[in-house]
Amino acid sequence: MDIPYTVEIRRDTGLTNGKIGIWLFLASEVMLFGALFATYILIRTGSHEWPRGDSILNVPLATFNTIVLISSSVTMVMAWASLMRGRFTTFRLYMASTVLLGGVFLTVKYFEYSHKFHDGLFPSTNNFLAIYFTLTGLHMLHVMGGMAVNAYFLGPGAKQWKTNPVWFTNRVENSGLFWHFVDLVWIFLFPTLYLL
Amino acid sequence: MTEHAVTTTSEHHAADIDKHVRIYITVFVALMALTIVTVAISRLHLREPVAVSVALLVAIVKGSLVASYFMHLISEKKLIYAVLVLTTIFFIVLLALPVVTHSDGFWIRE
Repeated sequence: MDIPYTVEIRRDTGLTNGKIGIWLFLASEVMLFGALFATYILIRTGSHEWPRGDSILNVPLATFNTIVLISSSVTMVMAWASLMRGRFTTFRLYMASTVLLGGVFLTVKYFEYSHKFHDGLFPSTNNFLAIYFTLTGLHMLHVMGGMAVNAYFLGPGAKQWKTNPVWFTNRVENSGLFWHFVDLVWIFLFPTLYLL
Repeated sequence: MTEHAVTTTSEHHAADIDKHVRIYITVFVALMALTIVTVAISRLHLREPVAVSVALLVAIVKGSLVASYFMHLISEKKLIYAVLVLTTIFFIVLLALPVVTHSDGFWIRE
């Protein structure tokens, strides 16, 4: 049985099922990260002293990663725009760039984490590092998930462009919504953890 | 793989997409500039309440740009706005809880 309303718009919602589905999922994601931000506020305001992020963490690396993630958001939206223009080759170029930039982000995080562990700084060291590793770790898992889906649309999933280009374009748009959300979370994580 | 134009059920058309692309580039430049502003402000070592307020303000502006233009929230359907309004209410309650409990709330006194 075919999945309904992947291409045509549902009259009652004015949307495809995929679109409303991804937004409901993102709403749940807001609550997940919201709970951890609330935890951060509670721990920070309850502490007698709290270190400035830049005294422990590497701000230049995190700034570089912010630029990388914002750039990947642009390449993602350009990938979708390429499909809307019917330019499949350009789509592949932008999508490959998005996946690559995700990889650069993870590589930088790997070096950041390794450096912390090498210095004997672990989640168990103090509350600041506990919330730092929890928030950035969860965010990294989201980056990995987004990369996996984007890599699928770049690779085997791209076959759908031949058979059902509209559905494929809608799926890439939904994947993009998730990727932009991951970028949006980082936009708040960066100043909260590294600069304050 | 063939190249063929997509005539989606979405209201976007090729001419609109060209306009969107120009907006994406503008937003990208704005986000880069605001990232530099965020880092520069942190170097000023402002008092904590001021630093937190300014950093969050810049982050909210950046987040709004991403949500409005990259996620197309600026021209979305009413149902999605309804979902997000509900989410925002719950999100604010979630963030308010630790603030309220920390402000000497009588219900957490032993």
